[in-house]
Amino acid sequence: MKLTLKIWRQGGKYKGEFVTYQLDNVNEHMSFLEMLDVLNEQLIEKRETPVAFEHDCREGICGTCSLVIDGRAHGPMQGTTTCQLHMRHYKEGETIVIEPFRARAFPVIRDLVVDRSAFDRIIQAGGYVSVNTGQAQDANAIPIEKDQSSRAFDAAACIGCGACVAACPNASAMLFTSAKVSHLALLPQGAVERKRRVQAMVAQMDKEGFGRCSNVTACEAECPKEISVENIARMNREYLGAVFAGETV
Amino acid sequence: MSVQLDSKTPTGEVSEKWESYKGHVPLVSPNNKRRIDVIIVGSGLAGASAAASLGELGYNVKVFTFHDSPRRAHSIAAQGGINAAKNYQNDGDSVYRLFYDTIKGGDYRAREGNVHRLAEVSTAIIDQCVAQGVPFAREYGGLLDNRSFGGTQVSRTFYARGQTGQQLLIGAYQALSRQVALGNVKLYNRHEMLDVVLIDGKCRGIIARNLLTGELERHGAHAVVLGTGGYGNVFYLSTNAMMSNTTAAWRAHRRGAYFANPCYTQIHPTCIPVSGEYQSKLTLMSESLRNDGRCWVPKSTADVKKHPSQIPEADRDYYLERRYPAFGNLVPRDIASRAAKTECDAGKGVGATGLAVYLDFADAIKRLGQKAVSEKYGNLFEMYEKITGDNPYEVPMRIYPAVHYTMGGLWVDYELMTTIPGLYATGEANFSEHGANRLGASALMQGLADGYFVLPYTIGSYLSNEIRTGTVQTNTPEFDKAEKDVLDRIHQLMGVQGKQTVESFHRRLGKIMWNKCGMARNARGLTEAISEIRELRHEFWRDVFVPGRRDEYNPELEKAWRVADFLELGELMCEDALHRNESCGGHFREEYQTGDGEALRDDENYMYVAAWEWRGEDAKPELHKEVLDYEEIQVTQRSYK
Repeated sequence: MKLTLKIWRQGGKYKGEFVTYQLDNVNEHMSFLEMLDVLNEQLIEKRETPVAFEHDCREGICGTCSLVIDGRAHGPMQGTTTCQLHMRHYKEGETIVIEPFRARAFPVIRDLVVDRSAFDRIIQAGGYVSVNTGQAQDANAIPIEKDQSSRAFDAAACIGCGACVAACPNASAMLFTSAKVSHLALLPQGAVERKRRVQAMVAQMDKEGFGRCSNVTACEAECPKEISVENIARMNREYLGAVFAGETV
Repeated sequence: MSVQLDSKTPTGEVSEKWESYKGHVPLVSPNNKRRIDVIIVGSGLAGASAAASLGELGYNVKVFTFHDSPRRAHSIAAQGGINAAKNYQNDGDSVYRLFYDTIKGGDYRAREGNVHRLAEVSTAIIDQCVAQGVPFAREYGGLLDNRSFGGTQVSRTFYARGQTGQQLLIGAYQALSRQVALGNVKLYNRHEMLDVVLIDGKCRGIIARNLLTGELERHGAHAVVLGTGGYGNVFYLSTNAMMSNTTAAWRAHRRGAYFANPCYTQIHPTCIPVSGEYQSKLTLMSESLRNDGRCWVPKSTADVKKHPSQIPEADRDYYLERRYPAFGNLVPRDIASRAAKTECDAGKGVGATGLAVYLDFADAIKRLGQKAVSEKYGNLFEMYEKITGDNPYEVPMRIYPAVHYTMGGLWVDYELMTTIPGLYATGEANFSEHGANRLGASALMQGLADGYFVLPYTIGSYLSNEIRTGTVQTNTPEFDKAEKDVLDRIHQLMGVQGKQTVESFHRRLGKIMWNKCGMARNARGLTEAISEIRELRHEFWRDVFVPGRRDEYNPELEKAWRVADFLELGELMCEDALHRNESCGGHFREEYQTGDGEALRDDENYMYVAAWEWRGEDAKPELHKEVLDYEEIQVTQRSYK
């Protein structure tokens, strides 16, 4: 099929603008990123600068790929990362608009590549269990109810891609942060530090310049791992509980 | 002159070697650890776990990753699970059995001492991960669940749905993040190591390129650890992530680290088949699927284009169950892969290309119900449907083998040190533990064993002699020269300004490797491959085109450097495969097989590790041997029948 692509270019000779490209011979079995590979091969052959975009595992788990496609983070399919999106969902002659994830806390590096290291700093603020190597007791010493463990897993499935931030009108990182807070608060191993953790992570989130949550829930709708906004509610409870308990960090 | 390599394996009973080693290894006192710098390259399971553990011990650690975040490393994509000899199922497992299975699965080409140590520490890994908050699968009683995996008859695999690698990596990443927050580890993301620096024969640091600015940086340290993963992407198409590469290991090799068993490649039996030329990578479907899925092809070549539902039971050949009744669909990966190739070569392959076999869940769904099947494999089924557009609950999956893991890597001794003093290699980047074939769910185990429980002990043996060295200065002639070498190579890459893209060279290299150094190899094909790769490499340096500038964010330049290194490695892999006149594990030479097509080892002549020394770009590498002694295990022909 033939497609028209409007792609955000920024850096080098581009000040920040949409550039239009025509692409012929797109095969329906291609993934979206393979389609961009084909475009880049053509640009390189024409001695033009290829479009910079991030990707790595191409199977929806590393969280490296991003892109806002026709206004939606990771494109039109539910529960799908950009790398798992295939061209069979597009029709002959369509125009596709491709932009980077946009948020103050995710500055653009080049074209479609943004800096998401703010997420690492939020984890560094407290997204862990303080256990040194070798300090662990036997793995079966504490039984954990299957459903509880499963809920922790649901939260831990976050891939840290940042789609929640890109989808949110406030560019809030509440879904990302709350997924980690929930993952650890739901497990006995993480419960010990829960009060300190939630306050430290929320403080870091604010410091990075992410916006506030106004319950739009676009984050949940666009999350490729379908992380639930229940986690945000849980984080709010955790936070209030910690503050009322008078334990400050 | 080739010298015998000494693995420095402790003497004594195999089950006592590690205990005895730990009791005698020199220690570094806490106040001295603060004065010692360690560089870790790579932030996957092997790198992140080592960085966190060494940071906790008090060393000054610097971690380098080319990713934007350490959490992106390719360990994250491992699906199936992690082995450990916990024997929670009371099904006859033990440390000895895990040790035995790993040696046998590796077709008797791994070092006994290392493998036993791996089996010993495996149990502590599970404890550590649970303490970090890794949400492993549990039973209704709240205790950990296990499943069985290819090549074993016990259930010793711990798993977290189909995302075990992700959960383990996040555990290690969190431990690493804690050390970053405490100031014990400094993180350099978007930095790629392009060379190691040797001073007086010891590794004293690295040259790294800041991928955002293109700036070259010098970093000194008392020891450098490479946890940089495998080199499966030499085949262009593999299940590895797009950026996985051999550069760090290869640069170390060029500086004197021997590269061991490069030809041992694992071809994973269950991957989604190739669909076209534009294909950029292959997607693995976890081996755990073979617990419940049954592999089959039509008995008659006339049926291959029929819809599977129109092929009655009597006309299907469940070839693994037929050929290997004892293990059935759970034979090790190398055997399952070759069996699929045999069927397809005989014209029984299905799908548009004829290069696929069915993996059918109809029986499992009938037996367990769709809900139970979806609980076990739901995310894998979804992944399959997203890529192919087919629903595996209704139509059998189509799968074909693909390059997945490389058992070969930098040669290391018992302490995980390469042949360069002060330079270590961990995880998939080293050659050890898996012999000629890795068992499923053992890669995660090895990466974490090395990082959490082995290296933190063994590195002390070397660093205890470094306490008087003082800070390593980087304004030395050795650093000057290393940086200049890197800069020259970048100039050379940018300077060709030829006509062909980096990608096109990589694709061509991949085809040569897959056709002539893939699932089945022979002397003629390998000899041809060596000269073809050499020609391709010369053509690359004559005609490659790298756009952009060196002093900016330039992914094409990064790729060009990596492909240039793959072109050199590919040749070495073929040399190694050609020299090894036997079949073992993932290395199958067509000339050496039994009457019924099984691998035929030659223990008399090849029971050794082949460690290659770099001699220059157009020179023949020099072979060094580490002879493998089996003191504990009786070496037999591997049989899964």
